[in-house]
Formats: sequence, structure tokens, C-alpha cells
Amino acid sequence: MATLSLSAIGKSFGGADVIPGLDLDIAEGELVCLLGPSGSGKSTLLRMAGGFEMPDRGTVRIGGADVTRMPPEKRPTAMVFQSHALWSHMSVAGNIAFGLKLRRLPRAEIRSRVEAVLELVGLAGYGARKVWQLSGGQQQRVAIARALVLEPQILLLDEPFASLDQHLRERMREELRDIQQRLGITTLFVTHGQDEALALADRIVVLKDGRIEQADAPDVLYRAPATRFVAGFIGTMNFLACDIRRGRADHPLFAVPLALPDGPAELAIRPEALRLTPDAEGPVRVRRVTDYGSHVLADLETDDGERLKAHCPPEARPAPGQRMRLSARQLSAYQQGRRAEASPAHLREGALHA
Amino acid sequence: MSRRTDWTGILLAAVLGLVIVVPLVVVAIWAFAEVWRYPSVLPQEFGLRFWNATLARPDVWAAMSMSLRLSVTVTALSALICLPAAYAFARLDFPGRNWLFLSFLASHAFPKFGLLVAIAGIFLNLGLISTFWGVVLIQLVGTLMMMIWIPVAAFQSVDRRMEEAARDAGAGPVRVFWSISLPQAAPTIFAALMLSFVGTFYETEGAWLIGAPEIRTMPVLMITFINNQIVVQYGAVLSVLLWVPSFFALLFTRRLVGSQSFAKGFGV
Ligand SMILES: Nc1ncnc2c1ncn2[C@@H]1O[C@H](COP(=O)(O)OP(=O)(O)OP(=O)(O)O)[C@@H](O)[C@H]1O
Ligand SMILES: [Mg+2]
Repeated sequence: MATLSLSAIGKSFGGADVIPGLDLDIAEGELVCLLGPSGSGKSTLLRMAGGFEMPDRGTVRIGGADVTRMPPEKRPTAMVFQSHALWSHMSVAGNIAFGLKLRRLPRAEIRSRVEAVLELVGLAGYGARKVWQLSGGQQQRVAIARALVLEPQILLLDEPFASLDQHLRERMREELRDIQQRLGITTLFVTHGQDEALALADRIVVLKDGRIEQADAPDVLYRAPATRFVAGFIGTMNFLACDIRRGRADHPLFAVPLALPDGPAELAIRPEALRLTPDAEGPVRVRRVTDYGSHVLADLETDDGERLKAHCPPEARPAPGQRMRLSARQLSAYQQGRRAEASPAHLREGALHA
Repeated sequence: MSRRTDWTGILLAAVLGLVIVVPLVVVAIWAFAEVWRYPSVLPQEFGLRFWNATLARPDVWAAMSMSLRLSVTVTALSALICLPAAYAFARLDFPGRNWLFLSFLASHAFPKFGLLVAIAGIFLNLGLISTFWGVVLIQLVGTLMMMIWIPVAAFQSVDRRMEEAARDAGAGPVRVFWSISLPQAAPTIFAALMLSFVGTFYETEGAWLIGAPEIRTMPVLMITFINNQIVVQYGAVLSVLLWVPSFFALLFTRRLVGSQSFAKGFGV
């Protein structure tokens, strides 16, 4: 299909630098998810790719061609809006057929393509309905169908599954992934759902204040977050503040050797990397236990009042108040907001005991 | 919301009803009265004599047709000029935008007659006095404010994302206006059209000052009738005739605004 590349792109609104300057290259057929807190500039970035927002600096290229000044109707992009933005004075079929009619396709072909795409999003037979007669999830699917029917080279989605329930969301994202791969559509996808991004994306771009914090494959992003921000933003992470002194962390729970320069640091451990063993003399106490079905989450507190979260298997469910010993299978350290490269050698082999 | 009976509201409705409905009813009764002497509450004799007399006059029919032609022409021209302008006001930011916007209000903020006399002077030089297009022009000015201000509000309430989605699907700005913004704003714009039509139909000063003596509209004719012969029934019959367009406009508006697709025109 086509590549999408944003180079040194920047945008300000009324003096505020929403996107100071950013580079992002998306390969043909790649699905990239944009993640980031509210107001980090995800929609703005997407809107610049679609041509709805003119960048103040930098260039947008699609398939190598400079489209920075090209209006949206000329770009081979299709956008699915956060708010659906369906045309409420048209029927479902009317919404989907609008772009095809503009392309002056023969009537029979329009009809068959509308029917095919309705089938694809699970709304066969809904063509004659008015859009305001549909549920939120159905409207969402019409919006997706409306974008897909034009067979765009670039698909832009702004939180398209926001109004769907869990099941429908999972089904829709699988279907979207399916269609996207089958047609090889280059896709830029904004979402608030991390699990969605982790499940869907070839690559996740984490934005913060209009800057890219990290752009990596989901597993890399989850297992080796490059910055303290990403580590805290993606999934759950326990952060333990400590000092590095002469190659060793001085934290009471994890006094591990770390080949790092002296200074303040934070140890970062995922809840699933912690293992709990009952021990009356253990350093942490269980405060609360929450059962999530697939796993049990224990809320722990040290004698200093520091809090940690740990996963435990449902069959080894601890009781509140019980004292525990801790070990970590994996641990990383952050200094000055960035991931410290050096990791203790023996951590890769076995567990680390507290 | 409280479910108690709203007595103030009912009282207000009753008073308004009395003030508006009673005179209308009286005029309507007069139109069908042949003899009605004080102090009787109802006419002594009903009949259609004055209707026959009025409807038999060719000048009544000529005036009716003139009024209708004027109103249709003025409303259509006004829509043609004002709707794109209103869209520009609602969506574009150009220098002098607010000043221009307020200037439409200014044309209504001053006593109209002075303005009319000034315009009449200009029209005299242009040879537009006592012509159809002269009256069209003067009445067009009268509709501008309504046909700008109301549609601007209507266009502003159209979801921008809908317009963007249409651009995205491949529609240029003009097509977006025609296929998305206009239908979305339709219920309100329709109300503005109706107001403009009815307002033009009843417009008197301009039609009289610029149109006389050649162009005679219904209201102008009615003034002539009342001035020339003090027979209440002539005036009453003409008034009732004059209600006809209002009545149809109201019915039409109700049907359209009440129908579901239009009610939902503003999105869900
Ligand atoms: N048209 C605009 N005018 C002024 N400021 C804007 C405009 N659009 C966006 N902004 C500002 O730009 C910043 C980024 O907005 P954007 O919509 O891109 O955030 P987002 O990451 O999509 O957030 P969310 O997750 O809440 O949708 C915000 O601070 C917002 O207030
Ligand atoms: Mg957004």
C-alpha cells in the first residue's frame, strides 16, 4: 500500500506548542498504535496525517509524496472519528455510499460494495436504517465501514472502539486486524486501551507532551520500557526509590548489585515478576487481596509504609494481614527518568531474594 | 422537573391567548357579518356578501398574486445570497468578520422609515421606483438580518467532525456545504425561510414607498381599502385572506419540524 512519514512535524495552538517537533515513519501495511495520556497530542498528530490540521513545521509524506499542503479530500487516507461523526440525515447505506458516489462508481457496484462492507462489520441488512436508530456500538461499526469501503491506503482511527463493550471491542479489534492485514492498509490507531495496543499493534508509540517517549514493538515496550514514564504508563509497575552506592542498590527489600553510577535511582518490578512466600518473619504484610479471576492481586506494605503490588496464582491465595517473603524474577532500574542499561548479571539466571 | 401544576404558566398562556386570539376571532367574525349592531355580542346576520364583493374585485387578485410573487422571489434571492454568507460567517475567520456580522443588526437598529426614504431617493435616480425589482430589492434588505443570523446559529451547531468526515470521503468544500451542512441545519434554516416569506408578505412601508403606485401588494391594498371606505367588513375579509399564507406556513413548518427525520436532523 503506502508508507506514512511525518518528519520534524510541529503544531502549536495559540502559542502553546502541542507538538514541538516529531518524527514518525510507518512502513507499508504496518499498524502503529499511539498511546499517551489525555492531551498528549494523539488526535492532533492523527489529524495532521489526515489533513484536517495544517502542521506549522515539518512535512507529511504518503508513499514518498509530500502531501503537507494537500486537503483531506485529495489524500488517500480515511479517518474514523472518536465521535463517529456519522451523517444523521442519511441512512446507514447512505453514509457508506457517500464516498463511492463521489467517485462516480456505477450504481450496481456501489450497492454491492456497501452490502459487502456491512457484512464485514456484522451489520448485514441494516442498510436502510437511520443512523440514529442504531446503538453506539453499531454506529461505531458503520463509521468503520464507511472508512473501509473507500479502500484507503492509510487508515486513521481515533479511539474507534471507545463506545463498545468488552466483547464487541475484542471482536472488532480482531476483525479490524484481520481486514488491515488482508488489505495491507497502513494504519495509525489512537487508543486509550493499553491492552488494545498491546494486542493489536506492530509497534506502539508512546506520546507525552507531544514528544515520542518510546516507539517499539509491544513486547519490547512492556518488558523494557525506555523511560520511567513509559514504565509507569504501560501496565502496572512497582517503583522503589533507593540510592546506588558503590555498585549496589541500598533498598532494604532488594539490596541488589547494580553496575550503575552512584546517585538516586528507582527499582522497577512488574507485579507478575514478584513471587510471594508465606513467612512469619517476612519483610512485607498483605493489606488487601483482590481476585481478578485469572490471577489474584495482593496489595503489600513494608514496615516503612512502602506499597507494592504482586500477582499470585489463585491456588496460593494469601490472607490479609499475613507476612510474606518476596523474590523478584526480573527487575530494572531507572536513573534520571531513563532506563539504566546495566542489569545485574545473576538476575537473568535466577530469582532475586529479599 | 416538578410535576406540580404551573399556575403562573397557565395564567400567562391565558392572558397571551386572550390578547392574541380575541382580536383575531373578532376580525374573523366581522368578515362573515352582514349586520352587527351594538350592543349585541354576535352579529345579527351572517353572510358571504362581503366575501363575494371582495373576491369579485380584480385588484384583490392582482395584489394577491403580486404579493406571492414578491415573497417567493425575495425569499429565494435572500436564501441564495445569505445562506453561503451565513456559512462563511459560521466557519471562516476573516478580518472584519464581527463588524460585518453586527452591521446586519444595525440595519434593524435604526428607525426604518428614515432609511427607506434615503433608499427611495437613490432608487428614484436609478429608475427603480414603482418597479417589481425595486420592491424586491427593498424587501430583500429587510430579510437580510434574519436570513444571516438564524442560519449562522444553525451552521455553528453542525458538528464539525461531520463536515470533516465528508472531506475525508472525498467531498470538496462546496459539496460538503450542499450535502452535509445544509441538510444538517435544515430545520432551523427552514424556519428562517418561513419567517422571511411571511415577513415579506406582510411588509408594508417598503412596498408602499418604493412600489406605489404601480406595485400594489395585499397589505398596501388593504390600507387603501380602509382609507377609502369605512366598511369594517372589507378590511376584515382582507385580513382573513392575509392570514392564509401564515396559516399554511405554520402548518408546513409543523409538519416538517415535527417529522422524525427533521427532529433528528441535529444529530443524536
Ligand atoms: N483546535 C484546537 N485549538 C486549541 N487547542 C487545541 C486544539 N486541538 C487540540 N488542542 C490542544 O492540544 C492538546 C492536544 O490535544 P489532542 O486532542 O491532540 O490530545 P489527545 O492526546 O488526543 O487527548 P485525548 O486522549 O483526550 O483525546 C490539548 O492540550 C488540547 O487542548
Ligand atoms: Mg483525542
